This record gives sequence, C-alpha cells and structure tokens, in this order.
Amino acid sequence: MSAVAPGAATSMPSEAMSVRLARRRSRIVGERIIEAVLFVAALVSVFTTVGIVYILVKESVVFFEEVPFWDFLTDTQWTPLFDDAHFGIMVLLSGTLTSSAVALSIAIPLGTIIAIYLSEFAPFAVREVAKPFLELLGGVPTIIYGYFALLFVTPLLQKIYPELPGFNLLAAGIVMGIMIIPYVSSISEDAMRAVPMSLREGSYAMGATRFQTAVKVVVPAAISGIASAYILGISRAVGETMILAVAAGMQPNLTFNPLEPAATITAYIVQVALGDLPHGSIGYQTIFAAGLTLMLFTLACNIGGHVLRKSFREAY
Amino acid sequence: MVAVSAQEAAPVVAKAEVRGLNFYYSDFHALKAIDMPVYEKKVTALIGPSGCGKSTFLRSFNRMHDLYPGNRYEGEIRLFPDDVNVLAPGVDPIEVRMRISMVFQKPNPFPKSIYENVAYGLRVRGESRRVTLNEKVEEALRSAALWEEVKERLQEPAFNLSGGQQQRLCIARALATDPEILLFDEPTSALDPIATASIEELIHDLKNKVTIVIVTHNMQQAARVSDYTAYMYLGELIEFGVTDEIFIKPKKKETEDYITGRFG
Ligand SMILES: Nc1ncnc2c1ncn2[C@@H]1O[C@H](COP(=O)(O)OP(=O)(O)OP(=O)(O)O)[C@@H](O)[C@H]1O
Ligand SMILES: [Mg+2]
Repeated sequence: MSAVAPGAATSMPSEAMSVRLARRRSRIVGERIIEAVLFVAALVSVFTTVGIVYILVKESVVFFEEVPFWDFLTDTQWTPLFDDAHFGIMVLLSGTLTSSAVALSIAIPLGTIIAIYLSEFAPFAVREVAKPFLELLGGVPTIIYGYFALLFVTPLLQKIYPELPGFNLLAAGIVMGIMIIPYVSSISEDAMRAVPMSLREGSYAMGATRFQTAVKVVVPAAISGIASAYILGISRAVGETMILAVAAGMQPNLTFNPLEPAATITAYIVQVALGDLPHGSIGYQTIFAAGLTLMLFTLACNIGGHVLRKSFREAY
Repeated sequence: MVAVSAQEAAPVVAKAEVRGLNFYYSDFHALKAIDMPVYEKKVTALIGPSGCGKSTFLRSFNRMHDLYPGNRYEGEIRLFPDDVNVLAPGVDPIEVRMRISMVFQKPNPFPKSIYENVAYGLRVRGESRRVTLNEKVEEALRSAALWEEVKERLQEPAFNLSGGQQQRLCIARALATDPEILLFDEPTSALDPIATASIEELIHDLKNKVTIVIVTHNMQQAARVSDYTAYMYLGELIEFGVTDEIFIKPKKKETEDYITGRFG
C-alpha cells in the first residue's frame, strides 16, 4: 500500500506546486528587471553629474597650469582676450552676486508672502486661478524676460533715474526676481499646506488670528520646506544666463552697484561659447574655470540648505 | 443664573447654558435641539457612540466650526456671569476662544520651545513682559504637573517630550491664559495607561480652578473624572445628570443600554 501511494498521491500536488513556483519565479524575474531599469535610470543621472564635474575639473586644471590660483581669486580685472591678460574671477562673480541679490530681494519676500496668502488666506477659487498663472510665470522662456528687462523695465527705471545706463544689473535683477517668484512661492506653499490642520486648530483655539497662526505656527512648522524653496531660488538666480546676457551687458566690471552694467559668470560663458575662440586656447579654457566656480558656488548653497534643513527638522 | 440643589455643600452655579442648539455641517444636521447646563468648577463628561456628535458639540463652545465654510449654528450657548451668547453672529470667535480653551485628542504642540508653547496664548494676547511671561509659564506648567520634569529644559523643542508630556504641555498651554472653561476632546485616547492616569488626576485637580467639559469614549474615565454626564445619540442629548445617577440608575433605557455595554 505504501509502495503505490507516494507516486500517485504526490504527482498532482507537485504539478500545482511547480506552476506556483514558476509563477513566483517569473514574478521575481519581473521585479529584478524593474529594479535594474530603475537602477540604470539612477546611474544615468549620477554619471551625468560625474561627467560634468570631470570635464570641468580636467579643463580647469589646464587653465590653472597657466594662471596661478591666487591671481584667479584676487585679480581685479578680467581680460582674458587682451594681450595683457588678467583672470580675476571676482570681476564676474561680483556681477553674479549683485544681480542675484537684487533678484532674491524681490523673489524671497514676494514669493513668501504669496505662498502665505495662497496657503492660509486665499479662498479656494482664488487659489485655483492664481496657481496656474504663477506657474506660467516660471514657464516663460528667459530670453523673453531678458528683452522685457532691456526694452521695458530699464526705460521705466530711467524715468526715475535718468543716468541709468541701457545695460544694468538692476533691471535684469528685478526681472529675474519676478521670474523666480513662482519657484519660491509654489514650494513654500506646498510646505505650508502640508502642515497638519491640527496645528492650526491648536493656534486658533488659543485665540490667535489667522495672521498670527500663519506667521507664528504655520511658517515655523514649514520652515525646512521654505528653506528648500529659498535655496532653489538662489540656485536659479546664480545660474540664470539669458536675462543677464541681454539686459545687463557683457562688459566685465568689478562692481557691487546694481546701477552699473556688468557681466556675470554665466553671461561670460555664453559670450565665449558663442564666439570663435580656438579650442585649447587659454581664453577658451577660462569658461571651464568660470563654470567650475559657478558649480562650486551652487553646491555650497545646496549643502548649506541641506544642513539648515537638518537642523530645523520638524516632526509634527 | 441657574442654581441647582446640590449633593455637595457648595452651591452649584451654571457657567454656561446651552439652549436649543442645532448645528449643521452644510446640509447635515449634526446637533439637534440640545439643552444643557454646564456647571461652574465641575467636570461635565460627554459620552455616546462614535459619530453621535460629541466633538461637534464640544467644538461649538469655542466656535471652532467657524474655521470651515458652510457650518451653521442655531440656538444659544450663554456664558455666565455676563450672560453673553457665544454663538451670536456679532460675537467675535476670537473673544470666545480667549475665554474658552481647548485640548485636543492628539497632542499638538507647536514647533517651538517648551517655554514658547506655553507662552503662546499670552503672546497672542499682546503680553511681552518677560517677568509676567515667566511667572505665567511656570504657574501653568505647575498646574499641568509638568514643571518638575521640564524646568531644566524650557528652551528645548516641545517635540522632544513624550506623548503624555506633550499632552500635559498642551494642557499647560491652554491653562496659561486663565480660561473660564477648558474643553477636552478625548485627551487620553492617544496615550498609554500611565500617562492617561496622570492626565485624569490632573483633570481632577483642575476643577478647583476651571470649569471642564470632556469628551470621552471610556466609560470608566467618565465615571472617574466627571461630576455630570451627558449621553448623546445621533446628534441628540438623550440624558443629562449627575454622573453617579447616570451610571447607577439612568432614567432612559438607551442610556442604560449604552452604559452597560449592550450597545455602542
Ligand atoms: N466636517 C464635517 N462635515 C460633515 N459632517 C461631519 C463633519 N465632521 C463630523 N461630521 C459628522 O457629524 C457627526 C458627528 O461627528 P462628531 O465628530 O461630532 O462625532 P463624535 O461623537 O465626536 O465621534 P467620535 O467619538 O468618533 O469622535 C458624524 O455623523 C460625522 O460624520
Ligand atoms: Mg470626536
């Protein structure tokens, strides 16, 4: 009896079992494939970043073989194409910093106020209409903003201040600020709306007004998200090219006065990249050194923002 | 004012009087013709099955429903001694909330230091003198039985506290402004038994200072902490009375069924 039973009794279950096993195996294979695809996608972005840094560093090394690093940092002239060539990055950096400061002094306060309004005050209908408009503002090609600054804002400013030159950092910075507002406001607003209702109710229950609740409870609770929004705004300002190339001029000028024209790092890079400098010449090499400076600056901002976020970590 | 013959020596005085209260979430009629007194320096418990309207009722006292569109009150909640109807359209909800504080189901400390959490209500009222703030913060933390645990770390973020401590912090926050009525909405449902016991003890001590209305799902808790109990069902107040009577010999069949666990 026991000699016959095993074969007959186990054949059916084992078949069902093998079907199940096969199904499971194919599911595991499927998951592996998905995992691999995702991994490759992640790798692409890592490789791109590494590739960019590699090129920038490699080409900058060539540059710094010719130009002492100290001169690069301290020289007060930027004349790479002259016979008497000078490579003081501060000249370009000052333009970048000044225009960014103008832009951020507009984008950060206005972006924050708009975010607070949309998140805490605006009726539903207003928010639904305002948000797409704001997002549109961020989607306008920057070349259009550039000409808007050059042909509309500068003449307007000249009415107030007639000595203002046609190219200037102020108009470019203002328009750049307008462009950055939606970046700041939409991320800040998302962060504020993510603050749980229970915190707001806690504040109202203490007799707080809407404004007090927004400023004293909601903003502090959303501070890490708001800080991210500011960091993104700063990165956008520092990296913005077209508006500045069009409206602030291409003239290297060591100045922190927004009423003057000045080239920024990015404006310089497009200028050289569009020109016909031979590859390998020192003038051509400068764009990599300038690019590396820009990249390090943005990196520093992001790291700073990350540290800030960590230290403000909220846990509601 | 309504004077009621009391079992205890001190005369019982009404702190508030609910008259013909109806409440609507847009079209949904959530509270139906509620009449009920709230006695001064007593604990009143609101009990009833889930969804019967306990929170809705509690949140009417401090006009929390005003925060959301479409909500509508009818009737009155008169607050004594000045006999003002807190639901009257002309009455500013902020004024009401200055007199009637609330502690929520889940501890909801603000993203601020322990000190600033307690000082919040005072700051909102425009108080900025350091001495007054220090004094009030300490007093409130003592009343909430939290002072000894946090006096060395008042500047630390409130989130560092345990759940039970956070809830006592929220009680301190509510007490700091010397409210006349303190509303609790299931204040211990997110806490462990030990933290629950300490909050219950606290509520028992607090009634010397302030009138308390508490929503609870826990029959034992209602029996332990309250002087009066209101049983609600489907938006109606079925029975209101002295807690001992409600629990020992309720007048209504529904109340008895609920309390003895045959229902709900
Ligand atoms: N914002 C709202 N909009 C519409 N209906 C609501 C809203 N909040 C509560 N309700 C309804 O009102 C009724 C009473 O709700 P409420 O929250 O007051 O009940 P509860 O007695 O506190 O219940 P629980 O014990 O579960 O907390 C329920 O039927 C609920 O579905
Ligand atoms: Mg409830």
